[in-house]
Amino acid sequence: MKILVAIKQVPERDAQISVTSDGKWIDESGLSYTINEPDAYALEEALQLREKNGGEVVVLCAGPERVTSTLREALAKGADRAIHIEADDLGERDTLGIAQLLADAARDESPDLILTGLQSDDLGLGQTGVVLAELLGIPHATIIMQVEVISGGLKVKRELEDGWFQHVEMPLPALLTIQSGGNKLRYATLMGIKKAKTKETKTVQAAAAATAQAITLERVYLPEKQKKTEMLTGTPAEIADKLVEKLKFEVRAI
Amino acid sequence: MSGVLVLMEQHGGKWNRMSFEALAAGQQLAAKLGTECSAALIGEGAATLASELAGKKLTKVFNVQHALLHTYTSDGYVTALEQLVKQVGPTHVVLPHTYQVRDFAPALATRFRQVLISDVIAVHDGPVFVRQLLQGKLNADYRHAGTGPCFVSVQAGTFRAEAVEAGTATAEDFTPQLEASQIRNKPGEPFREAAQTVDLSAAPLIVSVGRGIGEQENIGIVEELATALGAELAASRPICDNGWLPMERQVGSSGQTVSPKLYLSVGISGAIQHLVGMKGSKTVIAINKDENAPIFEVADYGVVGDLFEIVPALTKAVRAAKS
Repeated sequence: MKILVAIKQVPERDAQISVTSDGKWIDESGLSYTINEPDAYALEEALQLREKNGGEVVVLCAGPERVTSTLREALAKGADRAIHIEADDLGERDTLGIAQLLADAARDESPDLILTGLQSDDLGLGQTGVVLAELLGIPHATIIMQVEVISGGLKVKRELEDGWFQHVEMPLPALLTIQSGGNKLRYATLMGIKKAKTKETKTVQAAAAATAQAITLERVYLPEKQKKTEMLTGTPAEIADKLVEKLKFEVRAI
Repeated sequence: MSGVLVLMEQHGGKWNRMSFEALAAGQQLAAKLGTECSAALIGEGAATLASELAGKKLTKVFNVQHALLHTYTSDGYVTALEQLVKQVGPTHVVLPHTYQVRDFAPALATRFRQVLISDVIAVHDGPVFVRQLLQGKLNADYRHAGTGPCFVSVQAGTFRAEAVEAGTATAEDFTPQLEASQIRNKPGEPFREAAQTVDLSAAPLIVSVGRGIGEQENIGIVEELATALGAELAASRPICDNGWLPMERQVGSSGQTVSPKLYLSVGISGAIQHLVGMKGSKTVIAINKDENAPIFEVADYGVVGDLFEIVPALTKAVRAAKS
Protein backbone atom coordinates (compact mmCIF):
# COMPACT_ATOMS: atom_id res chain seq x y z
CA MET A 1 0.00 0.00 0.00
CA LYS A 2 1.36 3.39 -0.97
CA ILE A 3 0.52 6.01 1.65
CA LEU A 4 1.03 9.73 1.18
CA VAL A 5 1.14 11.84 4.34
CA ALA A 6 0.54 15.56 3.90
CA ILE A 7 2.28 17.42 6.72
CA LYS A 8 2.61 21.07 7.67
CA GLN A 9 5.34 22.95 9.47
CA VAL A 10 4.04 25.29 12.18
CA PRO A 11 5.54 27.48 14.93
CA GLU A 12 6.42 25.62 18.16
CA ARG A 13 3.54 25.64 20.65
CA ASP A 14 5.48 27.55 23.29
CA ALA A 15 6.75 30.14 20.79
CA GLN A 16 6.39 33.77 21.86
CA ILE A 17 4.23 35.23 19.12
CA SER A 18 4.34 38.86 18.01
CA VAL A 19 2.41 40.48 15.19
CA THR A 20 4.29 42.20 12.33
CA SER A 21 4.12 46.00 12.19
CA ASP A 22 1.66 45.92 9.28
CA GLY A 23 -0.64 43.67 11.33
CA LYS A 24 -0.95 41.15 8.51
CA TRP A 25 0.87 38.16 9.99
CA ILE A 26 3.18 37.08 12.79
CA ASP A 27 6.84 38.02 13.01
CA GLU A 28 8.61 34.89 11.77
CA SER A 29 12.16 35.98 12.60
CA GLY A 30 13.54 33.95 15.48
CA LEU A 31 10.59 31.54 15.53
CA SER A 32 11.26 27.82 15.90
CA TYR A 33 9.18 25.52 13.74
CA THR A 34 8.03 21.96 14.16
CA ILE A 35 5.69 19.41 12.59
CA ASN A 36 2.00 20.22 13.11
CA GLU A 37 1.06 17.85 15.95
CA PRO A 38 -2.08 16.33 14.35
CA ASP A 39 0.08 15.62 11.27
CA ALA A 40 2.59 13.79 13.49
CA TYR A 41 -0.28 11.43 14.40
CA ALA A 42 -1.08 11.01 10.69
CA LEU A 43 2.55 10.06 10.06
CA GLU A 44 2.51 7.60 12.97
CA GLU A 45 -0.66 5.95 11.62
CA ALA A 46 0.96 5.66 8.18
CA LEU A 47 4.12 4.06 9.59
CA GLN A 48 2.06 1.53 11.57
CA LEU A 49 -0.08 0.70 8.53
CA ARG A 50 3.10 0.05 6.52
CA GLU A 51 4.47 -2.15 9.31
CA LYS A 52 1.27 -4.24 9.19
CA ASN A 53 0.53 -4.25 5.48
CA GLY A 54 3.81 -3.43 3.70
CA GLY A 55 4.20 -0.72 1.10
CA GLU A 56 5.65 2.76 1.13
CA VAL A 57 5.17 5.98 3.12
CA VAL A 58 5.80 9.23 1.27
CA VAL A 59 5.68 12.56 3.13
CA LEU A 60 4.59 15.71 1.37
CA CYS A 61 4.98 19.29 2.54
CA ALA A 62 4.49 22.67 0.89
CA GLY A 63 6.42 25.70 2.07
CA PRO A 64 9.72 27.59 1.95
CA GLU A 65 13.14 25.95 2.26
CA ARG A 66 12.86 25.72 6.06
CA VAL A 67 10.18 23.00 5.81
CA THR A 68 12.82 20.50 4.64
CA SER A 69 13.88 20.15 8.31
CA THR A 70 10.38 18.82 9.11
CA LEU A 71 10.53 16.47 6.11
CA ARG A 72 13.94 15.20 7.31
CA GLU A 73 12.44 14.55 10.75
CA ALA A 74 9.65 12.51 9.12
CA LEU A 75 12.24 10.53 7.16
CA ALA A 76 14.20 9.93 10.39
CA LYS A 77 11.05 8.53 11.99
CA GLY A 78 10.73 6.07 9.14
CA ALA A 79 9.06 7.62 6.08
CA ASP A 80 10.56 6.21 2.85
CA ARG A 81 10.63 9.33 0.67
CA ALA A 82 9.81 13.02 0.85
CA ILE A 83 8.38 15.56 -1.56
CA HIS A 84 8.91 19.24 -0.95
CA ILE A 85 6.64 21.62 -2.85
CA GLU A 86 8.76 24.74 -2.76
CA ALA A 87 6.57 27.81 -2.25
CA ASP A 88 7.45 31.07 -0.49
CA ASP A 89 3.99 32.56 -0.92
CA LEU A 90 1.73 30.24 1.11
CA GLY A 91 0.33 33.29 2.92
CA GLU A 92 -1.07 34.50 -0.37
CA ARG A 93 -2.87 31.23 -1.08
CA ASP A 94 -6.06 30.16 0.65
CA THR A 95 -6.96 26.58 1.59
CA LEU A 96 -8.19 25.86 -1.92
CA GLY A 97 -4.93 27.16 -3.43
CA ILE A 98 -2.79 25.10 -1.05
CA ALA A 99 -4.93 21.97 -1.47
CA GLN A 100 -4.50 22.46 -5.23
CA LEU A 101 -0.69 22.35 -4.84
CA LEU A 102 -0.98 19.18 -2.76
CA ALA A 103 -3.47 17.64 -5.21
CA ASP A 104 -1.11 18.17 -8.17
CA ALA A 105 1.75 16.45 -6.33
CA ALA A 106 -0.52 13.67 -5.03
CA ARG A 107 -1.91 12.93 -8.48
CA ASP A 108 1.61 12.26 -9.80
CA GLU A 109 2.15 9.69 -7.04
CA SER A 110 -1.28 7.97 -7.33
CA PRO A 111 -1.27 6.78 -3.70
CA ASP A 112 -3.73 4.22 -2.30
CA LEU A 113 -4.25 6.29 0.82
CA ILE A 114 -3.64 9.90 1.83
CA LEU A 115 -3.39 10.82 5.51
CA THR A 116 -3.19 14.20 7.16
CA GLY A 117 -3.90 15.76 10.53
CA LEU A 118 -7.40 16.98 11.27
CA GLN A 119 -6.31 20.62 11.54
CA SER A 120 -3.24 22.80 11.81
CA ASP A 121 -1.99 24.34 15.03
CA ASP A 122 -1.46 27.72 13.33
CA LEU A 123 -4.45 28.54 11.08
CA GLY A 124 -6.74 25.86 12.48
CA LEU A 125 -9.17 25.99 9.54
CA GLY A 126 -9.41 22.18 9.69
CA GLN A 127 -10.21 21.56 6.07
CA THR A 128 -7.15 21.06 3.87
CA GLY A 129 -7.59 17.27 3.93
CA VAL A 130 -11.28 17.35 3.01
CA VAL A 131 -10.68 19.87 0.23
CA LEU A 132 -7.78 17.78 -1.09
CA ALA A 133 -10.03 14.69 -1.24
CA GLU A 134 -12.71 16.68 -3.06
CA LEU A 135 -10.18 18.00 -5.60
CA LEU A 136 -8.90 14.46 -6.21
CA GLY A 137 -12.41 13.02 -6.39
CA ILE A 138 -11.73 10.40 -3.69
CA PRO A 139 -13.80 9.59 -0.59
CA HIS A 140 -12.71 10.88 2.79
CA ALA A 141 -13.43 10.50 6.49
CA THR A 142 -12.40 12.88 9.24
CA ILE A 143 -11.27 12.75 12.87
CA ILE A 144 -10.12 9.13 12.64
CA MET A 145 -8.86 7.15 15.63
CA GLN A 146 -8.16 3.74 14.03
CA VAL A 147 -7.56 2.42 10.52
CA GLU A 148 -7.92 -1.19 9.43
CA VAL A 149 -7.28 -2.51 5.93
CA ILE A 150 -10.10 -4.83 4.86
CA SER A 151 -10.91 -6.55 1.61
CA GLY A 152 -11.97 -3.89 -0.87
CA GLY A 153 -10.86 -0.92 1.20
CA LEU A 154 -10.71 0.39 4.74
CA LYS A 155 -12.63 0.22 7.96
CA VAL A 156 -12.02 3.29 10.11
CA LYS A 157 -13.17 4.45 13.52
CA ARG A 158 -14.38 8.05 13.48
CA GLU A 159 -14.68 10.16 16.58
CA LEU A 160 -18.04 11.89 16.95
CA GLU A 161 -18.86 14.45 19.61
CA ASP A 162 -19.45 13.82 23.34
CA GLY A 163 -17.63 10.49 23.52
CA TRP A 164 -19.43 8.78 20.61
CA PHE A 165 -17.70 6.84 17.83
CA GLN A 166 -18.66 5.24 14.54
CA HIS A 167 -17.13 2.73 12.16
CA VAL A 168 -17.10 3.63 8.47
CA GLU A 169 -16.13 1.38 5.57
CA MET A 170 -14.80 2.96 2.42
CA PRO A 171 -13.10 2.02 -0.83
CA LEU A 172 -9.54 2.97 -1.83
CA PRO A 173 -8.04 5.32 -2.83
CA ALA A 174 -9.23 7.48 0.04
CA LEU A 175 -8.18 10.31 2.34
CA LEU A 176 -8.36 10.32 6.14
CA THR A 177 -7.76 13.11 8.62
CA ILE A 178 -6.26 11.66 11.78
CA GLN A 179 -7.15 12.55 15.38
CA SER A 180 -4.57 12.45 18.15
CA GLY A 181 -4.62 9.76 20.80
CA GLY A 182 -5.23 6.72 18.58
CA ASN A 183 -1.50 5.93 18.66
CA LYS A 184 1.61 6.84 20.61
CA LEU A 185 4.06 9.03 18.70
CA ARG A 186 7.51 7.51 18.13
CA TYR A 187 10.83 9.32 18.42
CA ALA A 188 13.42 9.28 15.66
CA THR A 189 16.24 6.88 16.56
CA LEU A 190 19.90 7.68 15.99
CA MET A 191 19.90 5.02 13.27
CA GLY A 192 16.80 6.63 11.75
CA ILE A 193 18.47 10.05 11.68
CA LYS A 194 21.52 8.53 9.95
CA LYS A 195 19.40 6.66 7.44
CA ALA A 196 17.31 9.77 6.67
CA LYS A 197 20.35 11.34 5.02
CA THR A 198 20.37 8.67 2.35
CA LYS A 199 16.65 8.87 1.57
CA GLU A 200 15.24 10.68 -1.45
CA THR A 201 13.74 14.16 -1.12
CA LYS A 202 12.25 15.42 -4.34
CA THR A 203 11.73 19.16 -4.71
CA VAL A 204 9.03 20.45 -7.03
CA GLN A 205 8.34 24.10 -7.71
CA ALA A 206 4.88 25.33 -6.79
CA ALA A 207 2.83 26.41 -9.78
CA ALA A 208 1.82 30.06 -9.72
CA ALA A 209 -1.48 30.65 -7.93
CA ALA A 210 -4.10 29.92 -10.57
CA THR A 211 -7.02 31.87 -9.20
CA ALA A 212 -7.69 34.73 -6.84
CA GLN A 213 -8.23 33.83 -3.20
CA ALA A 214 -11.76 33.03 -2.06
CA ILE A 215 -11.02 34.32 1.45
CA THR A 216 -8.44 36.84 2.61
CA LEU A 217 -6.78 37.26 5.99
CA GLU A 218 -6.89 40.99 6.58
CA ARG A 219 -5.46 41.52 10.03
CA VAL A 220 -4.13 39.58 13.00
CA TYR A 221 -4.14 40.95 16.54
CA LEU A 222 -4.10 40.02 20.20
CA PRO A 223 -7.56 39.03 21.44
CA GLU A 224 -9.41 41.45 23.65
CA LYS A 225 -9.97 40.10 27.12
CA GLN A 226 -13.38 38.52 27.59
CA LYS A 227 -13.07 38.80 31.34
CA LYS A 228 -11.16 41.09 33.64
CA THR A 229 -8.55 38.76 35.06
CA GLU A 230 -7.17 39.56 38.48
CA MET A 231 -3.56 38.40 38.51
CA LEU A 232 -2.31 37.15 41.87
CA THR A 233 1.38 37.57 42.65
CA GLY A 234 3.79 36.85 45.47
CA THR A 235 5.61 33.82 46.85
CA PRO A 236 3.88 30.44 46.34
CA ALA A 237 2.65 30.56 49.96
CA GLU A 238 1.29 34.10 49.52
CA ILE A 239 -0.44 33.15 46.28
CA ALA A 240 -1.92 30.06 47.96
CA ASP A 241 -3.31 32.22 50.79
CA LYS A 242 -4.82 34.70 48.31
CA LEU A 243 -6.41 31.84 46.35
CA VAL A 244 -7.85 30.32 49.52
CA GLU A 245 -9.44 33.71 50.34
CA LYS A 246 -11.09 33.71 46.89
CA LEU A 247 -12.17 30.08 47.26
CA LYS A 248 -13.69 30.82 50.65
CA PHE A 249 -15.44 34.12 50.19
CA GLU A 250 -16.11 34.48 46.46
CA VAL A 251 -16.38 30.99 44.99
CA ARG A 252 -17.59 29.54 48.30
CA ALA A 253 -15.84 26.29 47.49
CA ILE A 254 -14.37 25.89 50.97
CA MET B 1 -27.62 35.73 -5.20
CA SER B 2 -29.27 37.06 -2.09
CA GLY B 3 -30.07 36.08 1.47
CA VAL B 4 -28.52 34.01 4.20
CA LEU B 5 -29.11 30.26 4.39
CA VAL B 6 -28.54 28.45 7.70
CA LEU B 7 -27.89 24.71 7.56
CA MET B 8 -29.26 23.21 10.78
CA GLU B 9 -27.93 19.94 12.19
CA GLN B 10 -30.14 17.27 13.68
CA HIS B 11 -29.85 13.54 14.27
CA GLY B 12 -32.94 11.35 14.15
CA GLY B 13 -35.33 14.18 15.04
CA LYS B 14 -33.12 15.64 17.80
CA TRP B 15 -31.40 18.99 17.31
CA ASN B 16 -27.71 19.42 17.69
CA ARG B 17 -27.73 22.09 20.38
CA MET B 18 -25.46 24.32 18.29
CA SER B 19 -27.97 24.58 15.44
CA PHE B 20 -29.89 27.44 17.08
CA GLU B 21 -26.64 29.28 17.78
CA ALA B 22 -25.94 29.10 14.04
CA LEU B 23 -29.51 30.25 13.38
CA ALA B 24 -28.99 33.27 15.66
CA ALA B 25 -25.76 34.03 13.78
CA GLY B 26 -27.58 33.73 10.45
CA GLN B 27 -30.41 36.04 11.51
CA GLN B 28 -27.96 38.63 12.84
CA LEU B 29 -25.86 38.45 9.67
CA ALA B 30 -28.98 38.86 7.50
CA ALA B 31 -30.00 41.91 9.56
CA LYS B 32 -26.54 43.43 9.11
CA LEU B 33 -26.69 42.82 5.36
CA GLY B 34 -30.29 44.02 5.10
CA THR B 35 -31.32 40.74 3.56
CA GLU B 36 -33.54 37.77 4.41
CA CYS B 37 -32.69 34.57 6.26
CA SER B 38 -33.80 31.02 5.48
CA ALA B 39 -32.93 27.70 7.08
CA ALA B 40 -32.59 24.12 5.90
CA LEU B 41 -32.98 20.77 7.63
CA ILE B 42 -31.55 17.54 6.33
CA GLY B 43 -31.66 13.88 7.23
CA GLU B 44 -34.02 11.40 8.87
CA GLY B 45 -36.34 12.99 11.39
CA ALA B 46 -36.03 16.45 9.87
CA ALA B 47 -39.74 16.62 9.03
CA THR B 48 -40.71 16.45 12.71
CA LEU B 49 -38.54 19.48 13.45
CA ALA B 50 -39.60 21.63 10.48
CA SER B 51 -42.70 22.89 12.32
CA GLU B 52 -40.50 24.25 15.13
CA LEU B 53 -38.55 26.28 12.59
CA ALA B 54 -41.77 27.59 11.08
CA GLY B 55 -42.16 29.64 14.26
CA LYS B 56 -38.92 31.53 13.71
CA LYS B 57 -38.24 34.73 11.79
CA LEU B 58 -37.29 33.07 8.53
CA THR B 59 -38.34 33.52 4.94
CA LYS B 60 -38.37 29.84 4.22
CA VAL B 61 -37.63 26.50 5.82
CA PHE B 62 -36.30 23.88 3.41
CA ASN B 63 -36.85 20.29 4.39
CA VAL B 64 -34.23 18.35 2.43
CA GLN B 65 -35.54 14.80 2.07
CA HIS B 66 -34.26 11.68 0.37
CA ALA B 67 -34.07 8.04 1.44
CA LEU B 68 -30.29 8.14 0.84
CA LEU B 69 -29.93 10.92 3.40
CA HIS B 70 -31.36 8.97 6.34
CA THR B 71 -27.88 8.14 7.52
CA TYR B 72 -25.23 10.85 7.39
CA THR B 73 -22.54 10.53 4.72
CA SER B 74 -20.35 13.32 3.45
CA ASP B 75 -21.07 12.31 -0.16
CA GLY B 76 -24.86 12.38 0.38
CA TYR B 77 -24.88 15.68 2.22
CA VAL B 78 -22.49 17.44 -0.18
CA THR B 79 -24.41 16.32 -3.26
CA ALA B 80 -27.82 17.23 -1.80
CA LEU B 81 -26.76 20.54 -0.29
CA GLU B 82 -24.90 21.59 -3.43
CA GLN B 83 -28.24 21.33 -5.26
CA LEU B 84 -30.10 23.21 -2.55
CA VAL B 85 -27.54 26.05 -2.41
CA LYS B 86 -27.66 26.33 -6.20
CA GLN B 87 -31.46 26.62 -6.14
CA VAL B 88 -31.67 29.04 -3.20
CA GLY B 89 -28.69 31.12 -4.34
CA PRO B 90 -27.72 32.65 -0.97
CA THR B 91 -24.80 35.08 -0.56
CA HIS B 92 -23.94 33.43 2.76
CA VAL B 93 -24.31 29.90 4.10
CA VAL B 94 -24.01 29.63 7.90
CA LEU B 95 -23.37 26.37 9.77
CA PRO B 96 -22.59 25.30 13.35
CA HIS B 97 -18.93 24.24 13.71
CA THR B 98 -19.74 20.64 14.66
CA TYR B 99 -17.75 17.50 13.85
CA GLN B 100 -20.29 16.67 11.14
CA VAL B 101 -19.94 20.10 9.57
CA ARG B 102 -16.16 19.75 9.66
CA ASP B 103 -16.60 16.49 7.73
CA PHE B 104 -18.70 17.80 4.82
CA ALA B 105 -18.72 21.62 4.68
CA PRO B 106 -15.18 22.08 3.29
CA ALA B 107 -16.08 19.75 0.40
CA LEU B 108 -19.39 21.58 -0.13
CA ALA B 109 -17.56 24.93 -0.31
CA THR B 110 -15.05 23.42 -2.75
CA ARG B 111 -17.92 22.50 -5.11
CA PHE B 112 -18.46 26.28 -5.43
CA ARG B 113 -14.68 26.98 -5.55
CA GLN B 114 -15.05 28.71 -2.20
CA VAL B 115 -13.33 28.23 1.18
CA LEU B 116 -15.19 27.70 4.45
CA ILE B 117 -14.41 30.39 7.03
CA SER B 118 -14.50 27.99 9.96
CA ASP B 119 -14.93 28.29 13.71
CA VAL B 120 -15.92 31.97 13.64
CA ILE B 121 -16.19 33.75 17.02
CA ALA B 122 -17.63 37.10 15.89
CA VAL B 123 -19.09 38.82 12.85
CA HIS B 124 -18.37 42.53 12.40
CA ASP B 125 -19.70 44.94 9.80
CA GLY B 126 -18.26 44.33 6.36
CA PRO B 127 -18.93 41.52 6.98
CA VAL B 128 -15.66 40.67 8.65
CA PHE B 129 -15.44 37.22 10.22
CA VAL B 130 -13.23 36.82 13.29
CA ARG B 131 -11.42 33.52 13.89
CA GLN B 132 -8.71 32.44 16.30
CA LEU B 133 -5.20 31.53 15.21
CA LEU B 134 -2.35 29.69 16.91
CA GLN B 135 -4.53 27.82 19.41
CA GLY B 136 -6.29 30.99 20.51
CA LYS B 137 -3.20 33.16 20.98
CA LEU B 138 -4.29 35.58 18.23
CA ASN B 139 -7.49 36.72 16.57
CA ALA B 140 -7.73 37.21 12.82
CA ASP B 141 -10.13 39.10 10.58
CA TYR B 142 -11.19 37.24 7.46
CA ARG B 143 -13.17 38.58 4.55
CA HIS B 144 -14.84 36.66 1.76
CA ALA B 145 -13.31 37.61 -1.57
CA GLY B 146 -14.79 34.95 -3.87
CA THR B 147 -17.66 35.40 -6.27
CA GLY B 148 -19.69 32.42 -5.06
CA PRO B 149 -21.54 32.01 -1.77
CA CYS B 150 -19.56 32.63 1.42
CA PHE B 151 -19.53 29.59 3.74
CA VAL B 152 -19.12 30.30 7.46
CA SER B 153 -19.20 27.96 10.48
CA VAL B 154 -19.62 29.43 13.97
CA GLN B 155 -17.90 28.28 17.15
CA ALA B 156 -19.96 26.74 19.96
CA GLY B 157 -21.06 29.31 22.51
CA THR B 158 -20.36 32.32 20.31
CA PHE B 159 -23.97 33.18 19.51
CA ARG B 160 -26.82 32.72 21.95
CA ALA B 161 -29.55 30.29 20.94
CA GLU B 162 -32.04 32.38 23.00
CA ALA B 163 -31.38 35.31 20.63
CA VAL B 164 -33.16 33.52 17.75
CA GLU B 165 -36.01 35.79 16.66
CA ALA B 166 -39.53 34.42 16.46
CA GLY B 167 -41.78 34.90 13.45
CA THR B 168 -43.45 32.81 10.82
CA ALA B 169 -41.91 30.90 7.97
CA THR B 170 -43.26 28.79 5.17
CA ALA B 171 -41.91 25.27 4.89
CA GLU B 172 -40.99 23.70 1.59
CA ASP B 173 -39.79 20.21 0.75
CA PHE B 174 -36.65 19.91 -1.32
CA THR B 175 -35.91 16.56 -2.93
CA PRO B 176 -32.40 16.35 -4.34
CA GLN B 177 -31.34 14.13 -7.23
CA LEU B 178 -29.29 11.43 -5.60
CA GLU B 179 -28.06 7.99 -6.71
CA ALA B 180 -26.83 5.24 -4.39
CA SER B 181 -23.64 5.00 -6.48
CA GLN B 182 -22.70 8.56 -5.48
CA ILE B 183 -22.31 7.52 -1.85
CA ARG B 184 -18.99 5.79 -1.36
CA ASN B 185 -18.74 5.49 2.44
CA LYS B 186 -20.69 2.91 4.44
CA PRO B 187 -21.20 4.23 7.97
CA GLY B 188 -22.03 2.00 10.93
CA GLU B 189 -24.19 2.82 13.94
CA PRO B 190 -22.71 5.31 16.42
CA PHE B 191 -21.49 3.68 19.63
CA ARG B 192 -19.90 4.52 22.97
CA GLU B 193 -16.75 2.72 24.15
CA ALA B 194 -17.88 2.13 27.70
CA ALA B 195 -20.48 3.54 30.01
CA GLN B 196 -19.26 6.90 31.16
CA THR B 197 -18.75 6.62 34.91
CA VAL B 198 -17.52 10.14 35.55
CA ASP B 199 -20.13 12.83 34.94
CA LEU B 200 -18.08 16.01 34.89
CA SER B 201 -21.04 17.99 33.58
CA ALA B 202 -22.69 17.79 37.02
CA ALA B 203 -19.57 18.47 39.10
CA PRO B 204 -19.67 21.76 41.05
CA LEU B 205 -15.89 21.89 41.51
CA ILE B 206 -13.33 20.81 38.92
CA VAL B 207 -9.54 20.81 39.06
CA SER B 208 -8.18 20.26 35.57
CA VAL B 209 -4.66 19.44 34.43
CA GLY B 210 -2.88 20.03 31.12
CA ARG B 211 0.40 19.59 29.25
CA GLY B 212 2.26 21.80 31.75
CA ILE B 213 2.33 18.90 34.19
CA GLY B 214 5.09 17.36 32.04
CA GLU B 215 4.94 13.73 33.18
CA GLN B 216 2.36 11.23 34.33
CA GLU B 217 4.02 10.85 37.75
CA ASN B 218 3.42 14.55 38.42
CA ILE B 219 -0.36 14.28 38.11
CA GLY B 220 -0.42 13.18 41.75
CA ILE B 221 0.13 16.74 42.98
CA VAL B 222 -2.93 17.97 41.08
CA GLU B 223 -4.97 14.99 42.27
CA GLU B 224 -4.06 15.89 45.86
CA LEU B 225 -5.35 19.41 45.31
CA ALA B 226 -8.59 18.04 43.83
CA THR B 227 -9.01 15.71 46.82
CA ALA B 228 -8.33 18.52 49.28
CA LEU B 229 -11.01 20.65 47.60
CA GLY B 230 -13.44 17.77 47.14
CA ALA B 231 -13.33 18.45 43.40
CA GLU B 232 -13.46 16.16 40.37
CA LEU B 233 -10.16 15.72 38.52
CA ALA B 234 -10.32 16.56 34.81
CA ALA B 235 -7.81 17.09 32.00
CA SER B 236 -7.18 18.57 28.59
CA ARG B 237 -6.90 16.30 25.56
CA PRO B 238 -3.10 15.70 25.49
CA ILE B 239 -3.20 14.23 29.01
CA CYS B 240 -5.85 11.69 27.96
CA ASP B 241 -4.14 11.04 24.59
CA ASN B 242 -1.04 10.01 26.54
CA GLY B 243 -3.16 7.65 28.61
CA TRP B 244 -2.24 9.49 31.83
CA LEU B 245 -5.93 9.87 32.70
CA PRO B 246 -8.93 8.07 31.16
CA MET B 247 -10.66 9.73 28.19
CA GLU B 248 -13.83 10.19 30.24
CA ARG B 249 -12.03 12.86 32.28
CA GLN B 250 -11.38 15.00 29.22
CA VAL B 251 -12.94 18.46 28.98
CA GLY B 252 -13.30 19.96 25.51
CA SER B 253 -15.05 19.70 22.18
CA SER B 254 -14.22 16.00 21.90
CA GLY B 255 -14.78 15.37 25.60
CA GLN B 256 -17.24 16.63 28.17
CA THR B 257 -18.78 20.09 28.38
CA VAL B 258 -18.73 21.40 31.94
CA SER B 259 -20.24 24.35 33.81
CA PRO B 260 -18.99 24.10 37.42
CA LYS B 261 -18.99 26.75 40.11
CA LEU B 262 -15.17 26.53 40.06
CA TYR B 263 -12.85 25.48 37.25
CA LEU B 264 -9.28 25.47 38.50
CA SER B 265 -6.94 24.87 35.57
CA VAL B 266 -3.36 23.79 36.14
CA GLY B 267 -0.80 23.90 33.32
CA ILE B 268 -3.48 24.28 30.64
CA SER B 269 -2.70 26.80 27.91
CA GLY B 270 -6.33 26.99 26.76
CA ALA B 271 -6.51 25.82 23.15
CA ILE B 272 -9.84 26.57 21.46
CA GLN B 273 -11.02 22.97 21.69
CA HIS B 274 -10.51 23.04 25.45
CA LEU B 275 -12.09 26.46 26.04
CA VAL B 276 -15.22 25.36 24.17
CA GLY B 277 -15.75 22.69 26.82
CA MET B 278 -15.27 24.88 29.91
CA LYS B 279 -16.56 28.30 28.83
CA GLY B 280 -19.69 27.87 30.96
CA SER B 281 -17.71 27.72 34.23
CA LYS B 282 -18.76 30.35 36.77
CA THR B 283 -15.33 31.12 38.22
CA VAL B 284 -12.11 30.19 36.45
CA ILE B 285 -8.74 30.12 38.19
CA ALA B 286 -5.73 29.50 35.95
CA ILE B 287 -2.20 28.58 36.97
CA ASN B 288 0.25 28.61 34.06
CA LYS B 289 3.87 29.57 33.46
CA ASP B 290 3.13 31.44 30.20
CA GLU B 291 1.58 34.83 30.86
CA ASN B 292 0.33 34.93 27.23
CA ALA B 293 -1.55 31.62 27.47
CA PRO B 294 -5.12 31.97 26.12
CA ILE B 295 -6.52 30.49 29.35
CA PHE B 296 -5.88 33.86 30.99
CA GLU B 297 -8.36 35.42 28.52
CA VAL B 298 -11.18 33.58 30.24
CA ALA B 299 -9.80 33.36 33.80
CA ASP B 300 -11.20 35.40 36.69
CA TYR B 301 -8.04 34.84 38.70
CA GLY B 302 -4.69 34.15 37.14
CA VAL B 303 -1.38 32.98 38.54
CA VAL B 304 1.71 33.13 36.34
CA GLY B 305 4.28 30.81 37.83
CA ASP B 306 5.68 27.36 38.44
CA LEU B 307 2.80 24.96 39.11
CA PHE B 308 5.19 22.61 40.94
CA GLU B 309 5.62 25.28 43.62
CA ILE B 310 2.14 26.79 43.63
CA VAL B 311 -0.05 23.67 43.56
CA PRO B 312 1.50 21.98 46.63
CA ALA B 313 1.36 25.30 48.51
CA LEU B 314 -2.30 25.68 47.57
CA THR B 315 -3.13 22.12 48.63
CA LYS B 316 -1.53 22.79 52.00
CA ALA B 317 -3.44 26.07 52.40
CA VAL B 318 -6.76 24.46 51.42
CA ARG B 319 -6.23 21.65 53.94
CA ALA B 320 -5.38 24.19 56.64
CA ALA B 321 -8.46 26.27 55.82
CA LYS B 322 -10.71 23.23 55.97
CA SER B 323 -9.40 21.80 59.23
